Formats: sequence, C-alpha cells, structure tokens
Amino acid sequence: MVLEADLVVIGAGPAGMAAARTAADAGLSVLLLDEQPTAGGQIYRDVERATGRRSAVLGKDFTRGLDLVRELGHPNIRHIRSAVVWQIEAGNRLTFTADGAATLASFKRLLIATGALERPMPVPGWTLPGVMTAGAAQILLKQSGIVCEDAVLAGSGPLLYLVAAQMCRAGSPPLALIETQTFGDRLSAVRHGFGAFRGWRMLAKGLGLLSEIRRAGVKRYAGARDIAIDGEGRAEAIRFTESGRQQRIACATVLLHHGVVPNTQATRSIGIPHRWNDRQHAFVPECDAWGRTSVGDIFIAGDGGGIGGAEAAVLTGRLAALEIAVDLGRLSRAARNNAAAPIRRRLEKELAIRPFIDAAYPPFPEALAPADETIVCRCEEVTAGDIRGYAALGCLGPNQTKAFGRSGMGSCQGRYCGLTVTELLSAANGRTQDETGYYRIRPPLKPVTLGELAAVNTWKNKEPAE
Amino acid sequence: MKTVSPFRELEPNGEKVRIRFAGQELLLRAGGNLAAELLAAGIVPFRRTSVSGAPRNPHCMMGACFDCLVEIDGVTRQACMSEVTEGMEISRPNAGAEDGA
Repeated sequence: MVLEADLVVIGAGPAGMAAARTAADAGLSVLLLDEQPTAGGQIYRDVERATGRRSAVLGKDFTRGLDLVRELGHPNIRHIRSAVVWQIEAGNRLTFTADGAATLASFKRLLIATGALERPMPVPGWTLPGVMTAGAAQILLKQSGIVCEDAVLAGSGPLLYLVAAQMCRAGSPPLALIETQTFGDRLSAVRHGFGAFRGWRMLAKGLGLLSEIRRAGVKRYAGARDIAIDGEGRAEAIRFTESGRQQRIACATVLLHHGVVPNTQATRSIGIPHRWNDRQHAFVPECDAWGRTSVGDIFIAGDGGGIGGAEAAVLTGRLAALEIAVDLGRLSRAARNNAAAPIRRRLEKELAIRPFIDAAYPPFPEALAPADETIVCRCEEVTAGDIRGYAALGCLGPNQTKAFGRSGMGSCQGRYCGLTVTELLSAANGRTQDETGYYRIRPPLKPVTLGELAAVNTWKNKEPAE
Repeated sequence: MKTVSPFRELEPNGEKVRIRFAGQELLLRAGGNLAAELLAAGIVPFRRTSVSGAPRNPHCMMGACFDCLVEIDGVTRQACMSEVTEGMEISRPNAGAEDGA
C-alpha cells in the first residue's frame, strides 16, 4: 500500500520535529520518517529515554529536546521509526524501508530535514579502530550511557568543549584537548565582534564549559599541527606539534572534530543545485527564505540547508511548515506572515553568532589538504596522493575519480570523502569548488536488500498515529 | 580479542541477552545499540576492509560512515543502526579463515 500524506518529513531532528508539529497544527496530515528508533535527531538523540544520570551529564541543552519530541503527540502526525528513505522520485513519491519491507509514500510536499554530518577529518591513522568523531562519543553517551575512557579530543570547534565537559561530568575527563585553531583565528574572529556580542549567551556557555574542563585538570593545547594517530590494529597514541615542540600522548580513543557540514545526500539525489559556501567551507543546497527549492514541491529545513545549529533548525522548520500550509490552502499569506515575523527575528539572533564561530574555529588546514599518504576515501582506501595523481592525469571532477580509482564508490557513497576530494581537485587544478563540483548522488541513498524489496509491507493509511 | 574495553557504561544495568560475535558468546543489553554494546564488550575490530584487510571499528555512530558493518544472521548491516536482540549471530563481513576461531 502507498502511504499518503500532505507533508512527508525526512528526519526527526529539531527541524523535522518542529515542522511536523507546525504543519499538523495547520491541519495538514504529516508522515515523519526517521532512521532512528526514537525521535530527536543526533542533537537530541534518544532524549525520551535519557535517565537521571545521563541527563545530568548531558545538561539542560540536551533535555530541552524533550519538549520537541512531546510536540509530536498530535493526531495529524504519524511518526514511523527506524525508517530509512532511500529513493525520492518524480511524481511526489519516495521509498523507504522499515520493519524489513520497502514501502512507497506519496506526498503533496516533501521537507528534507536530514541535518548535518561531521566534517571528515582525514589525518594519518584516522581509519584505525578507536578513532571516532567527537559526535560519535556524544551519541554513545546520549543513547547508550557509555563514556569513552583514556580518550583525547582533537580538532576545533565549540562541540569539543561540550564533549570534554560532559566527559568530565561523567567522571572520565579526556586525557587532553588538542585544538588546531590559532591565535590568528581568534584575532580574525574579533572582526565579527558585534555578532559575537549578540550571541553572548552562547559565549557565556562556552566560558562555563571551559572552566569545567579546567577544573577537571584537562590539559589543553592550541594551534596543534602535524596531527597523526599511531597504533598497531587500533589507536594507541596521538602525535602532534605545538609551538614547534613534538608531543605524543598514549590513549585508547581519539575523538576528532572540526565542524559540521550539511548532509546533502538526499538534496543532491534529486538535482537541487548546491553552491559552495566559503564561510562554512561546505556545499549548501539552494533554497529561498522559506526553505523552498527549485525542485517541485520540495523544501529543506535545518542544518541540511546550511549550518545554523539546533535552535535555528527549529525555526527554519517552522517557517517551511508555514509556507507549505499556504501552498496547500490551509493558511492565508497574512496569517503566515504574522506567524513568521517573530520566528524570523529569533532566527536572525541565532545566526548572528555563526560568522564569529566560523572564523574563530576554522577547519584544520592539514585535514582539508591531507598529506599524500593519508587515506581520504575510507571505504576504498584511496589516498590524497592518489587523488592528486588523478588530477595530474586530467581528472577535473569528483565523479571522474570513481573511474580512476573507485573513490566515493564504497558503502558510504562519498559521505566521508566527497568534500575532501572536491578540495584536493580544486587545489590541484586551480579551479573553484563550484567548478570542481561533487559526486553525483544516486539512489538507493542507503543499501537495500532484495529481501526488503520483495517483502510486502503491512503499513496502512489511516492507522492511528504512533 | 580484547576484553577490557575503554568504553564504560554509566549505568551497567538492564536485561542482558546472549548473542554470538565471530563465534564468541557475549552478554549485551537487550534493545541496546548494537555498535555501542559491542564497543562496551571490547570488540576490536568489527570488520576488516576488503581492499587491504585493515581493521575497522565504528567511526561516526550515526549511520553515515559504514565502518561498523557486520554480518547479522547472514545480512551485512550497520551495527550502529541495529538493536541487540536475543540470539543474534554476528560475524565479520567477508571473514576469511582467520576469523574462524
């Protein structure tokens, strides 16, 4: 059976949850599809089931996500859990797998709220067991109440402070916090002082985290270079230089992070144009101020449309839902404008701090242009030197690298090498990132088994909402 | 295979069920995230790459990197997108003779 809804939302993170509720309040039927067993996205992962101890470790900014999850309790919202969307088609249809069976859904409007991915941080040894993203450590804490011991955090960005503070609260402070941003980055960030001032609450929070980290005695390094992870069969130590001095710290886990980037797999698969954003150092899909794309009936909200953070995601989700309600004749333009005005004011405040953060915590330069021996495509084990070699042979775009050496053809479908390959080819060929482009993303967006295709789904329309 | 894990459970409680990983019997929390529970059990590696045989464990924990692929009851899946259920038979994908024990 084809499931039908006025609005299908992909992703139950802050943007998707907020949009679902706003649309449901306007009278639309909403089908919310999400890969995880519980709503929340990565930022509020499993917040419904977080216990007392876990909530205390993760803090109020995490548990506030519970309000959004509760908003999903609306008779117009049907939330299908562990639903993996793998194809979006012309004719307003998509296919997802849930409960072991592939299912078709049709929509009048589609909202893609698939959020962000951590920016891949290819440094020597980053494929060793024990090397994870800082976000992965947080997910372990949020969903499973598991804390990493003997861990080192490395890279740049406010998330590192949050993860470090949470580890301190959990009784396992990281062995070290190795930051890659420099004093010069901080100086250039001062140019955005006014924006930073407007985001003062966020800065105060940052200072609070830093004092927690300091009190726990966590050693901090800044301006780190030459980061590499050593180990036989697993991570055993991290090496780096700070102010010209070589350092080596033995550890069991290395948590890497240097920012997040929009997850563009779904938006690219349907031909929405993407543009390089120099400030965010990533490709961002094109959409208008309501999230409407140039591809019929499809909208984007949240970090997937450009990094703004969880609060901004909620706001862009609501804006998209208001516009969709106008499209479907459930809301007048005047009512939309009334509802949107305060949302836009809050959004402006939320986004004011972003230029400061982007300047103060830029990506780690060595991971944007890795050394020749460093693996950039984890799946097919293609190195940065391989990619440069393809460029020397005339390879201009990421898609061509597939023919040269299979990069981007493994199971992750380019999620963890795409941006690096674009950057490497751009630098080697002296072309912009927009000229170089990105992998062509084709369905299935996630692997699907023949069994799932053959299975008959038992979903029915008009079932009561879960 | 290592049994001391650098991953600590804050609240080591809840019902545990028996599963098998590469022939080894493990007790994991029922309904838990499979990748997380295998990490807590000290499993290294989850798999070896088909290109060079390099060892891999979970990297992103959010279904994006595919480094936590394991074979569950004969089907290759992302451990981080799977839940622990009683009696799961897990092996390393494309495991050669080295994995037999």
